[in-house]
Amino acid sequence: MKKTTLLLLCALAILFAPFALAADQPPLRWAAATDSNAPYAFYGPGNKLTGFELEIIQAIAREMGREPVFVPNDWDGLIPGLSRGLYDCVICGIEITPEKSQEVRFTNPYYVTYEQFVVKRGTPRVASLDQLAGKQVGTLSQTASFVMLSKIPGVIVKTYDEEVNAYADVVNGRLFGVLLDYPIAKYYAFANPNLQFTGPPFGQISYGIALSRTNPALLEEMNAALGRVLASGEMRDILSRWGLWTAMVADTFGQPEDPSLPDTEYRAFVAATAEQPSLLNRIIGYARFWPLLLQASLLTIEVSILGMVGAVLLGFALAIMRVYGPFPLRWIATLYIELIRGTPLLIQLLILFYGLPNIGIKLEPFVAGVLGLALNYAAYEAENYRAGLLAIPKGQMEAARALGMTQRQGLFHVVIPQSFRLVLPPVTNDFISLLKDSSLVSMVTLVDLTGAYKQIATQTFDYFGAGLLVATFYLLIGLPFVRLARFTEQKLNPGTRK
Amino acid sequence: MDSFTPLVSIQDLHKSFDDTPILKGVSFAIEEGDLVSVIGPSGCGKSTMLRCINGLETLDSGVITAAGATISRKPGAKLDADFEKTAHALRQRVGMVFQQFNLFPHRTLLENTMMAPIIVRGVPHEDAEKTGRTLLEKVGLGAHADRYPANLSGGQQQRAAIARALAMQPKVMLYDEPTSALDPELVDEVLHVMKALDAEGMTQIVVTHEMRFARDASDYIIYMEGGHIVEISDEDEIFDNPKDERTRRFLRRFH
Ligand SMILES: Nc1ncnc2c1ncn2[C@@H]1O[C@H](COP(=O)(O)OP(=O)(O)OP(=O)(O)O)[C@@H](O)[C@H]1O
Ligand SMILES: [Mg+2]
Repeated sequence: MKKTTLLLLCALAILFAPFALAADQPPLRWAAATDSNAPYAFYGPGNKLTGFELEIIQAIAREMGREPVFVPNDWDGLIPGLSRGLYDCVICGIEITPEKSQEVRFTNPYYVTYEQFVVKRGTPRVASLDQLAGKQVGTLSQTASFVMLSKIPGVIVKTYDEEVNAYADVVNGRLFGVLLDYPIAKYYAFANPNLQFTGPPFGQISYGIALSRTNPALLEEMNAALGRVLASGEMRDILSRWGLWTAMVADTFGQPEDPSLPDTEYRAFVAATAEQPSLLNRIIGYARFWPLLLQASLLTIEVSILGMVGAVLLGFALAIMRVYGPFPLRWIATLYIELIRGTPLLIQLLILFYGLPNIGIKLEPFVAGVLGLALNYAAYEAENYRAGLLAIPKGQMEAARALGMTQRQGLFHVVIPQSFRLVLPPVTNDFISLLKDSSLVSMVTLVDLTGAYKQIATQTFDYFGAGLLVATFYLLIGLPFVRLARFTEQKLNPGTRK
Repeated sequence: MDSFTPLVSIQDLHKSFDDTPILKGVSFAIEEGDLVSVIGPSGCGKSTMLRCINGLETLDSGVITAAGATISRKPGAKLDADFEKTAHALRQRVGMVFQQFNLFPHRTLLENTMMAPIIVRGVPHEDAEKTGRTLLEKVGLGAHADRYPANLSGGQQQRAAIARALAMQPKVMLYDEPTSALDPELVDEVLHVMKALDAEGMTQIVVTHEMRFARDASDYIIYMEGGHIVEISDEDEIFDNPKDERTRRFLRRFH
């Protein structure tokens, strides 16, 4: 009896061995900034993640026998997130440079390209970047082209967060031209009849997958996998379909110059972005963002309410410390309030999320967002409550003490209930501000309403419509609180209560 | 005089604010049931003395005894570590009524009278309510028990403040100019309550500018000036025949 059980177990073990092995391999967590990120990794029509880098990382992960898991992040947070251990690697058109190699490790290049200069159609040819002296030129922050441009004397460099806006400013006449990596230029400018490619390829840059410096074994494993993807011709297939198989790439990888497949993905992208939908279609098109908007609204409400609760509690403690506390507490409270009020919320959030890991404190994005708002607004709440406490006449505490109450009892039964009525209207107003300031939590990778705005705008290229849509959501969420503020101002006027 | 056991006694009380002496050795004693008026020019330290008696103010030196609790401090000595504790015990036996009433505006009159007994003494809610209603009835505000202070006249508010203090069942009541903030026609209703309490045997110390009341109702009168007690005497005597030149000068203004 026992033997058969054992045998059965063995058989089961053998049966499930392959699955067990696959499950043993940890997933490969990779990050990219998907906003306005075609053709690298972006949300295409139907809200589906796509892009040539997505296909490359999928191929590499498959070669490694690991499950690829995507972790979204902001462009500015990609490298810090790597150091925080939020994910294993970043693939997002990052150029391999000696400076960056100090911070992270790069795999071998998976793509090589150059900077493409784009001007308004009809502009005379730009043969050399030196010709740009005295002209306004746009690019993205933290890119190879930015470095290239800043070395040329006299150029006025304007950095953008999104390439769409940069190219739009060329059409609008705000910029003379835009210098960006060839894939970006190809996808965002090439098909635009108002824009024109000009000049020779400028420079040569290599994209590498960035890894944390603490994991050399993973680097070797990835390089081996990348080598296999290149050798098998799969890389050529991917890049061909995306219309990115250039002479420079072929030459670098030592493979035939002509594409192995037609550029179907590129054509699909151009077709999808070229069609100008009617207003009605656009509105209908937005319907597919309902789930995203709903989820984002919930997150915004959650973060705001939790942030406010934290701010109210901490602010209350700070105010009591400042008004009634002994010397050291009073001093600490004052210092805190001045420090917080004297620095921007955005910086505080970034320190919480990206700075603290340096001293071993890693916060979840949601926790960091809520904490950031709570810590910041606590300082403002504290000042509110302090004003409220000081507005109660001294005689009230005296009367309470004369009746035998301790200072504490007087505070909680006499002074605080009265100041509560005074501070309720400003506190409600503060909540409305906090609701709007909560948009900054999109900087710590949370997809709140502002995060949703970025996603919608970069998928639809309708910045105006997406802006109005998201603004409306903020307005709708804030409306009940605006009413509440009015109500409290009218109803809770102390002394007039009947 | 040997059977004299004072309910309130003060011996050589000194008090200064920021090195400015305000009380420069004040002594007196009051027997149970007495109503004593304290008069004197503005700034002479009357309020300060009153606030010392129930421990709202610390003292520099002297001995204060009220209804069995004692606060003392030797000249130059540090304040007792348990000053606040003693003062707290003392305040529970000494009621105080302020010039500005200081009722709690967020509570009804009844709640005003109930708060301290419930919070400080842990008196059950029903008992506190019963006592509160009885006391409000007593000061003529039975019909207004559930109204808020802001909707009442100054005289009504001050009477409610007296009821609130009485709810703690004090042995002594202190009044700091209880009628000074009132319109003249409202003064009498408050003084009337104090006289009624006197008739019941309540011990009361009243800082006042109401000379007529001081003369009519007091058992005796303390005249203060410049941080000293200048004269303590029978109410008729001080008005008709003040011993001290300073008292004479002060009272001349009221004739
Ligand atoms: N907390 C305080 N800090 C500093 N000085 C004070 C304080 N309280 C009172 N004083 C000063 O002590 C002196 C006596 O004040 P007190 O209020 O005892 O006088 P008073 O006799 O009650 O006068 P009034 O008739 O005007 O009420 C005044 O000069 C006053 O300015
Ligand atoms: Mg006074």
